[in-house]
Amino acid sequence: MNWVLVIVGGMVGAPLRYLTDRAVQARHDSGFPWGTFTVNVVGCLVLGALTGAATAGAASSHLQLLLGTGLCGALTTYSTFSYETLRLAENGARPQAAANAIVSVAAGLGAAFAGVAAAQSLWS
Amino acid sequence: MTSPRPETVDEPAEHGAPARRAPVWRGQGPAVAVVAVGGAAGASARYGAALLWPARTGGFPWTTFWVNVVGCCVIGVFMVLVTEVWAPHPLVRPFFGTGVLGGFTTFSTYAVDIQRLLDEGHPRTALAYLAATLVAALAAVWAAVALTRRVSARWSAGREPS
Repeated sequence: MNWVLVIVGGMVGAPLRYLTDRAVQARHDSGFPWGTFTVNVVGCLVLGALTGAATAGAASSHLQLLLGTGLCGALTTYSTFSYETLRLAENGARPQAAANAIVSVAAGLGAAFAGVAAAQSLWS
Repeated sequence: MTSPRPETVDEPAEHGAPARRAPVWRGQGPAVAVVAVGGAAGASARYGAALLWPARTGGFPWTTFWVNVVGCCVIGVFMVLVTEVWAPHPLVRPFFGTGVLGGFTTFSTYAVDIQRLLDEGHPRTALAYLAATLVAALAAVWAAVALTRRVSARWSAGREPS
């Protein structure tokens, strides 16, 4: 059962990342990987909210496996993030590479904190 | 100012069609399907790793750390192979790069684990984890790309008649 939840979450999260990345990247011309940035920040927000809800007893362990381990885990990515950062640096866009690394981590952390805080205020 | 567009992992599996003005989902059925299968496999592998090596409460999240570092290392090898060494089937890259590796590695668990460590009163572990993952992941992808390029250059040089 647990494995099924993770598999179903992963089957939804990864294509969601793929399509979101394509949609975001088609809408701007800069070399900045806004698509990966978007899915990573959104995933951090959702997982933060889920974790806050779980702490408040409002999210079951099954829901955490489905939405947390499966969906948010597959929606967000560290491998594409680091590869795109390397490509920016290799293409002579070192400031953008550094900005991508710093802004992604800062925004992801901010989103995680915001998600937890929102869930806590909602369920306590 | 525009900067060069980086080679992204999520590059479409195009079949010669100009994708720029077309809706992003047009003709994406096969790619979405292989990304879904790959994502399920990657997420399962990450879940399996978490079951095998469960994280200690308040401790350094070693399992997620290694999952992300290994995933970054593999993507470095893979991307050099599929963009510089050989031209695989157009669905190989969405399946393995976007699906399997994207589903295996995770940014959300990384961020929320840092939040949790801070919340539980482990600021030093949180900061160490934050910095160590970022540095190790970037170093892994850089080293993997450089090493794969070197090996493939030597391999192709060795095949040429001297």
